[in-house]
Amino acid sequence: MNKRVVVTGLGVAAPNGVGIPAFAEAIKTGTSGIRHDNELAALQFSCQIAGKPEVSESLQLQYLEALELRNFNSNGILYGLIAGIDAWKDAQLPVGADLDPDWDSGTIFGAGSAGVDKMREAIYKVDALQVRRLGSTVVPQTMASGISAWLGGKLALANQVTTNSSACATGAESVLMAYERIRNGYAKRMLAGSTSDAGPYIWGGFDGLKVCTFKHNDHPAAGSRPMSASAGGFVPGSGAGALVLESLDSALERGAVIYAEVLGGHINAGAQRGDGSMTAPNSTAVQRCIREAIKAAGVAPQEIDAINGHLTATGKDALEIENWSIALGRKGKDFPYINALKCMIGHCLSASGSIELVAAVLQLHEGFLFPNINCEDLHPDIAAIIDPEKIPQELLHKELNLIAKASFGFGDVNACVILKKYK
Amino acid sequence: MDKETLITQLKEIVKPYAKNEEALLNINENTDFVNDLKINSANLVDVVLDVEEQFNIVIDNESMERMLNVKSAIEIIEAKLGAQ
Repeated sequence: MNKRVVVTGLGVAAPNGVGIPAFAEAIKTGTSGIRHDNELAALQFSCQIAGKPEVSESLQLQYLEALELRNFNSNGILYGLIAGIDAWKDAQLPVGADLDPDWDSGTIFGAGSAGVDKMREAIYKVDALQVRRLGSTVVPQTMASGISAWLGGKLALANQVTTNSSACATGAESVLMAYERIRNGYAKRMLAGSTSDAGPYIWGGFDGLKVCTFKHNDHPAAGSRPMSASAGGFVPGSGAGALVLESLDSALERGAVIYAEVLGGHINAGAQRGDGSMTAPNSTAVQRCIREAIKAAGVAPQEIDAINGHLTATGKDALEIENWSIALGRKGKDFPYINALKCMIGHCLSASGSIELVAAVLQLHEGFLFPNINCEDLHPDIAAIIDPEKIPQELLHKELNLIAKASFGFGDVNACVILKKYK
Repeated sequence: MDKETLITQLKEIVKPYAKNEEALLNINENTDFVNDLKINSANLVDVVLDVEEQFNIVIDNESMERMLNVKSAIEIIEAKLGAQ
């Protein structure tokens, strides 16, 4: 018999808030985490604004020992540790070196890359014939599975410990993979989430692709403009989000706070056919992914109260809205509410899905819709499909029952998660 | 450099890696890096690199392999310093 799966812990390191209280406050007040970045300016990037979690040295010491911080240079792992350990503690689960292996708990914690700054350091040393001086710290900070390995040690996770990677769909995919593992009875608890490095060596490739905005270097907070007529590309972001997924049985047995239920979802790909390519989604696949997710969740399209979109602020936002509208068979005033967290945090790449899922779960749990900032000039192609009142620009207090969250990534990959308020 | 001074300098080098503070406090010629100080074996290469930096010497792979305790570390450091 399939197990029901619920969310019992949340953690986040986002550009507009590190820790759930700060993040929840920021998203309700429409506070942008996008700032001017001197390093990007010095390196002559087209886009010189970015989203980066603010992590002080004293905060780092709450997650890493002084020895671990020696020669530590992997901000993606740092963000992932903050989000992951916070989520675990939030779920009232134990943390520490003296714990015995917990065979029933694991993690699927995704990443797009690992420790690029550390890798850069290592490459310079290797090329300077200094390979013997690399020391012990390069591999754990640059291996693709680095973040799950670090979390596994901190939390004594002894079930599956792995890292998934599917570009900007990574975070949503990690939640669905963790969901399946618990539903099938292979684990009681899975820490799901994803992280993304910050910095020029991650963001440079996107700047080179000309998919980032170059028009808002002097107005960082107004730079990330999903659904806006003046959207001119995404703002690069970084950070991590984490969710403790747990079987309902285990959560009830522990008396855990239940934030939401994961009803299910769907993962697919567009095969880079039709209008899909390495960098663009195949609409047929996107629509199919949404429909299959709703089917898997056992609900009807009419029941969806709100959508947490992928909506990056590139030229593809109107197409995404059209795909949602076709998939759900809903438009105009009948369309669900929709919001895009990237307006406040930019596009956190491999971390985007998990940070946005944390926001979606908070919305269900507390009954609100965070405001969409920077779309006062709503794109006319979007307004032609859905009623503008479905795109709240002010905080809206509202009981929500079902939220659909989708993420789409390079490689033409899609993931859609259906969340329900737990009652 | 006499043994006492060498051990004092070694103590400072291994301090950040040592998990057993009591053993660190009582460090002597017979102290084993992994068994007594509870240094993670992966960190032994970091200890070697820090020794190289401190004494301005280069420790070859063979020496590195047997630098597992204070005694062998002192022998290796003295030999390298003597050869300079």
